[in-house]
Amino acid sequence: MAMTGSNKAVAAQQNDPNSFAASVKDAAIAGLLVAVLGFFFIGIRTDIAPGGLDLKMRWGAWIISILVVFAGRLLLNLFVLRTDSPLTRKFADAMPSGTRFAGTGKWLMRALFAFALVLPFFFTTFFPGKDRQFIDLAILIMTYIMLGWGLNIVVGLAGLLDLGYVAFYAVGAYSFALLAQYLDIGFWFALPLAGILAACWGIVLGFPVLRLRGDYLAIVTLAFGEIIRVVLLNWYEFTNGPDGISGIPKPTFFGLELKRGEGGFADFFGIAYDPIQRFIFLYYIIFILALITNFVTMRLRRLPIGRAWEALREDEIACRSLGINTRNTKLTAFSIGAMFGGFAGSFFATRQGFISPESFTFLESAIILAIVVLGGLGSQVGVVIASVVMIGGIEMLRNLGFLQQVFGSGFDPVQYRMLIFGLAMVLIMVWKPRGLISTREPSVVLKEKKRIGADMVAQGEGH
Amino acid sequence: MDAATTMKNSDQSTPNWDRDPVLSVEHLTMRFGGLVAVGDLSFNVGRGDITALIGPNGAGKTTVFNCVTGFYKPTEGRIVMRHGPGRQQDDVETLTDSGQRWKTTGNGAVYLLERMPDHEISHKAKVARTFQNIRLFGGMTVLENLLVAQHNPLMVASGFSIGGILGLPSYKKAQQEAVDRAVYWLEHTNLVDRADDPAADLPYGAQRRLEIARAMCTKPQLLCLDEPAAGLNPRESAELNELLKYIRDEHKVSVLLIEHDMGVVMEISDHVIVLDYGVKISDGPAEFVKNDPKVIAAYLGVDDEAEIDMPEVREDLAKVTGDEPAKKASASKPASAAKKQGAAEKKSGSASKKTGATKTSAAKAAGAKASAAKATKPRTSKSSASKPATSKLAATTASSEKAAAPAAPKTVAAKPKTAAKPKAAAASKAAPAASEIKIANAGDYPGSQPHGTKKPRAGGANNLTRVKGIGPANEKKLNALGIWHFDQIAAWKKAEVQWVGSYLAFPGRIEREEWVKQAKVLAKGGETEFSKRVDKGQVATSVPGKRGAQPKKKTTAKGGKA
Amino acid sequence: MEYFVQQLINGLTLGSIYGLIAIGYTMVYGIIGMINFAHGDVFMIGAFIALAMFLILTTVLGFAFLPVVLLIVLIVAMFFTSAWGWTVERLAYRPLRGSFRLAPLITAIGMSIVLQNFVQITQGARVKPLPPQIQGGITLMEGSATGIVVQLSYMQIIIILTTVALMAGFTLLITRTPLGRAQRACEQDRKMAALLGINVDRTISLTFVMGAALAAVAGLMFVLLYGVIDFYIGFLAGVKAFTAAVLGGIGSLPGAMLGGLLIGLIEVFWSGYFSVEYKDVAAFSILAIVLIFLPSGLLGQPEVEKV
Repeated sequence: MAMTGSNKAVAAQQNDPNSFAASVKDAAIAGLLVAVLGFFFIGIRTDIAPGGLDLKMRWGAWIISILVVFAGRLLLNLFVLRTDSPLTRKFADAMPSGTRFAGTGKWLMRALFAFALVLPFFFTTFFPGKDRQFIDLAILIMTYIMLGWGLNIVVGLAGLLDLGYVAFYAVGAYSFALLAQYLDIGFWFALPLAGILAACWGIVLGFPVLRLRGDYLAIVTLAFGEIIRVVLLNWYEFTNGPDGISGIPKPTFFGLELKRGEGGFADFFGIAYDPIQRFIFLYYIIFILALITNFVTMRLRRLPIGRAWEALREDEIACRSLGINTRNTKLTAFSIGAMFGGFAGSFFATRQGFISPESFTFLESAIILAIVVLGGLGSQVGVVIASVVMIGGIEMLRNLGFLQQVFGSGFDPVQYRMLIFGLAMVLIMVWKPRGLISTREPSVVLKEKKRIGADMVAQGEGH
Repeated sequence: MDAATTMKNSDQSTPNWDRDPVLSVEHLTMRFGGLVAVGDLSFNVGRGDITALIGPNGAGKTTVFNCVTGFYKPTEGRIVMRHGPGRQQDDVETLTDSGQRWKTTGNGAVYLLERMPDHEISHKAKVARTFQNIRLFGGMTVLENLLVAQHNPLMVASGFSIGGILGLPSYKKAQQEAVDRAVYWLEHTNLVDRADDPAADLPYGAQRRLEIARAMCTKPQLLCLDEPAAGLNPRESAELNELLKYIRDEHKVSVLLIEHDMGVVMEISDHVIVLDYGVKISDGPAEFVKNDPKVIAAYLGVDDEAEIDMPEVREDLAKVTGDEPAKKASASKPASAAKKQGAAEKKSGSASKKTGATKTSAAKAAGAKASAAKATKPRTSKSSASKPATSKLAATTASSEKAAAPAAPKTVAAKPKTAAKPKAAAASKAAPAASEIKIANAGDYPGSQPHGTKKPRAGGANNLTRVKGIGPANEKKLNALGIWHFDQIAAWKKAEVQWVGSYLAFPGRIEREEWVKQAKVLAKGGETEFSKRVDKGQVATSVPGKRGAQPKKKTTAKGGKA
Repeated sequence: MEYFVQQLINGLTLGSIYGLIAIGYTMVYGIIGMINFAHGDVFMIGAFIALAMFLILTTVLGFAFLPVVLLIVLIVAMFFTSAWGWTVERLAYRPLRGSFRLAPLITAIGMSIVLQNFVQITQGARVKPLPPQIQGGITLMEGSATGIVVQLSYMQIIIILTTVALMAGFTLLITRTPLGRAQRACEQDRKMAALLGINVDRTISLTFVMGAALAAVAGLMFVLLYGVIDFYIGFLAGVKAFTAAVLGGIGSLPGAMLGGLLIGLIEVFWSGYFSVEYKDVAAFSILAIVLIFLPSGLLGQPEVEKV
C-alpha cells in the first residue's frame, strides 16, 4: 500500500515494515551501529607522539560518518529495501535476464575476443597519450584472467578449494628468475620449464593433501602458499630474500630484442623504435598464453578427464564406484592448474624485470580465488568479466584525481582502493552468490544443448 | 561335517550359486569399533543369477555391499570375484597365497576384492554398484553421467588426454561409441528423451533407473543394487523387475541386490540370503526362505514377544523350551558359533564350503527326523542319557539350523495351538528333573554358562518378564537354563552375560537393555519404570499375572524373592 | 634446562592468545561450517580498541590504578569488538545463509580486506608502540652454570589465568546454558533447530559476538604482551589461530585451546632452538603432517564416510 515518502506513509500503521517511520527507525539503528563501530576508529586516532602515543579526536568525522550512513540507509530503505516498487526492479527489468544473458555468452565471448585481439592498436590509435598506461593495465588484467582460468580448473571444475594458488605463481616466477640468473636461460626456454616445475610442485604438494576434504584442504593449501613465501623470503643465499631478484631478461621476438638501435626489433623490420612496442609485444605474449590456457581447458572439459573432474566435484563416492581413480584425477587437476600458474608466473617475472616475495602474498591467492568465484565457478567468460571488473576497477581508482577537488587535497583515492575492492567482493557475492555467470554448459550433447542452472551444480567438497 | 560333505556329493541338485559362483563372500567380518556389523558371513552369488540380500533394518546388508565394492575394508574374510566359470578353487587358493590382488587364469581371472581399492573393483574386477541414497552427478546431464561411467576406456582412447587435446580422430570414434552405448542404456531405461537434462532434474524413479544405466555403462559382470525399488510406485517397480531380468538374461550380468520390497525380491530372485544382526540366518531359493521361521522371526521379532500367532513359531518355541540341546541347533546361530563351524569346514577342505542351503534338501528329512525325536524325547523319557545322542544328531545332520527349523514344526503341527503353553509349562517342569542343567554344546558360546538351579527356590520363580527385554519366550529359555530369580540374573558377570546373549542369539542386547541392572533393582524388591508398567498390565509382551499357568507362580514371587 | 622452562612459559603464553582466537574460528565453523577469515582482523580491531581505550583512560582521564584500568579496558574492548563481530556477520554472512559454501568464504576474505584497509586508513599504517605496562615477575629458578634466569612475568601470569578462567566460563556456557544448548543444536541440524523454535539467526549472531569478545581479550593481551600493533597483525595471527583450530579438531572447544597451545609451543621452541625465520614454516608443516595422518585433528570427531 503505502506510497513511500509521501504523507500517507507517515500516517501508516507503526507495524508496517514499509512505513516511513519504520524506515527511519531502521536507519537510526544503522546510524547508532556506525556510532559504536566508528567510535574508536573514526572518532579517535592514535598517533605516535614524542614520548609515546597520543590521541587525536575527530568528532567531526565521526558525526559525519554517522549522518552519511543514516541518510544512505534511509534512502535505501525508502527506494529499494522497504518499498513495494523498488528502483532496482526497474533496472532488473531493463537488464537482460540471467538465462538470456547466458545465451548471449557465446557472442559476448566472440566480441571480447575480437576486442582483445586488436586492443593494443585500439589504444594506440584512440588514446595515444595514455596508451602505455592502458596497455599495461590490459596486460595486468590478462595475467589475472590467465591465473583465474588456471585456478578455475582446480576450484571450478574439480571442486578443490585451493587457497594457496599463488605458490605456483611464485614457483613459476622464481623458476624463470633463478634459471636466468644462474644458468642464463632466456624467457622462451624457461617458460615451459617453469610450467613443468610448477606442475611438479603441484604434484608434490597435492599428493599428501588431496585426500583431505573441503576446508581442511583449503587451510593446508593456504599453509603451503605461506611456507613457499616464507622460504623465498628467508633463503637469502639462493633467492636473495626480501631484496628479490632484479635484472630478469626481457623476452625476445624470435631472437630479436625489443630495444633501441642496432639489432633490435624495430631496426630489423625497419620501423621507428617506440617503447610502446615492448608493451604491445608483452600484451600479445600474455594474450596467447591465456588463449592457450583457455583452449586447453575447454578441450579438457570435453575429454574424459574433464568430465571426471566435474564428476568429482559432484560426487566423489559415485566416481569411485565407477572406477575413477580419484586421487590421480585430483592430482591432474591440481598439477595442470599449477602449470598454468607457473606460466603466468614466469611471464610476470619477465614483465616486471624484478620479483620479490612481496608479490606473492595470500592476498594474491584471495584475489584470484575471488575472480573465479565472482565470475561463476567453472565459467570461462565469468573469469574474464570478473577480472575486468575487479582488477580494472581498482586500477581505475588510481585515476580518480578529480575526487581530490571534491574532498580536499588530503584525500587520496589510492588509499581507498583495497577498501573498495573488499567491499565490492562482499557486495557482488551477496548480490550474486553463484557468481556472474552461473550456468553450466554440458560437455556433450545428444540432441539439444540445454544450459544447466547453478542450483543443480554442486560446488565441490564439503558442500 | 562328514555327513554334510557326503550329502553334498551325493546331491545332484547343487544350486547354481555353489556350482558357479561369480562372487564368494567367505567369513566376512566387519567391525566398527566394538560393533560387529557383519559377523563371519559367507555366501555365494551365482553367475547369471539375481541374488537378493534381505534382512531387517540394520542387519548389515549395506555394510556387506560396501565391503564387496571396496568402500570399506573388511576386518576379516575373503571376497572372491571370478570372471571365469566354475569355482576355480585352485586359482583362488594360489592367488590368496601369492599376496597379489588378482590373477589371470585360463578362463577369465579371479580377483580378491578385499585387497583392491574401490576404483579398481569397478575398473578391473567389473563390479558395479548403485547407492541407497541415489548418488548421481546432479549438475551434469544424463548423457554426461553415462559417459563418466565409461571413463577408463575413454581415457585410454584419448591417449590419457594428450591425443584428445590434439583432437585425434581415434578419440572421436571412441567417444561416439561411448555415446552409442549410453543411448542403448537410455533406451532400455526409458530415459532417452531426457538425455540432455541435468540428472538432478529427473523424477525420483528416473534417477533410480539412471543410476542402474550408469552402472551398466561400466560393463560390469556383477551389478550390486542397493535398494533399487525404494521409493518406486508399483508400476515403476514392475518396470524395474523387467529391467533387471533383461540385464540378467540378455547381458548375462549377475545381479546382487538389497531390497525391502518383498514383491520385487520374491518375483525376480533366483537366490535369497537373509541377514540379521550381521549374521546369515537363511540362504536358499525364494520359496524356501519365505517359509523359513527364522526369517519370519527375524522380521517380526518374535523372539521376545508374546504375540506369537504363527503356529510354527509357537511350536518351535515350545520345542525350544522343552529341550535345551535341540535349541542349540535351532536358535539362529551367533557369530562365534558359526565361526567355529566355519573353521572346522575349512579344515575339511574348502571345496565343501558351507552355504547352508546346499544341504537343505537332504538335511530337511534328517533334520525333521531329528527334531521329531528331540521334540518327543524329553516328554517321553526323562533319562538324560539320551540327550547327548540327540544333540549330536542335531549337530551333524542339521549343522545348518535352517534345515531343522522348518521341518520340526511340521512334525508337531498336529498339536492344537492352545496346547503350546501348557506343554511348555510341563516341559519346564520336566527340566529340573534332570540331575543338572547342562547344555551339551555350552562351549560353543563365548563366555561361561551361568549357574542355574534345577528348581526355583521355595516360593516359586520370579516373574522374569518384569525385566525389560525378557518376554515369555525368553523367560522360558532362561528357566530352562535354571535361571528362575532376579538375583540370579543380578549376579551375572560379564562372561555370563556374553554367554547368555550368545545363547539366546542376540549378542549385546543384554548389556544394551541392562538386564543385570534391572534385575538388581527387582531382586531387592524395588520397581523399575518398566516393571511398574508390567504390573499394571500395560506391556503386551510381558505377563502381568493373568495369562496362562504362570501367574500363580508369579503372584507369589512378585513381592520379591522368598 | 632453564632455557627450556623459560621457552615453555613463553610458548604457553603465546599459545593462550592463539587459543582464544581459535575458539572464535572453531565456534563459527562448528555452527555454520565456514572459515570466518575476517576473525583474525576482528582480533586486530580488538587490539586497536583496547589500545585506544587504554590511552583514553591513562592519558586523557588520568586513571593510574592499573588493575581497574585493565578491567575497564577489557570490558569496553569486549563490547565494542563484539559489535564489530556482529556487524561482520550481519553484513557479509547472514545474507548468504543457505547459499553455497564458497560464497561466504569469499565475503569473509572480502571482509578481511575491508577491515584491514579501514583500520589502515583511519589509524594509519604505522606501527603503534605501547611501552610495557606491567613489569616484574617471579623468578622461578636460576641456572648456576648457565646464568639463565627463568622468569614468570606478572603479565604472563595474568594472560594464563585469564585464559583459564575464560575457558572455564565458556565451557560452562556451552554445556550448561540454554544458549549453549541452542548453539549445539544449530551445529547438529540448523533446520531442525529452527523447527523446534530456536532462533537460529540470533544464535549464530551470538556465536559471532562471543567469538569476537574472546578475540578482544586476545587483542588486549597482545597489546600488553608485545606492545606493538599494526593493521596487519590480524592476518598472521588469524591464520595461526585457524591452524590451531584445525590442529585441535575443528568444532571442538578444548581442541581449539589445545591446538592454540601447541602452535604457540611449536613456534616458541622452533624459534628458540632452530631459527626464528622458519617458525611459521614449522607451525604450518606440523599442521599439514597432523592433518595427513589424523584428518580430523587431535580432538575432532572422526568423519565417517557415509556411502
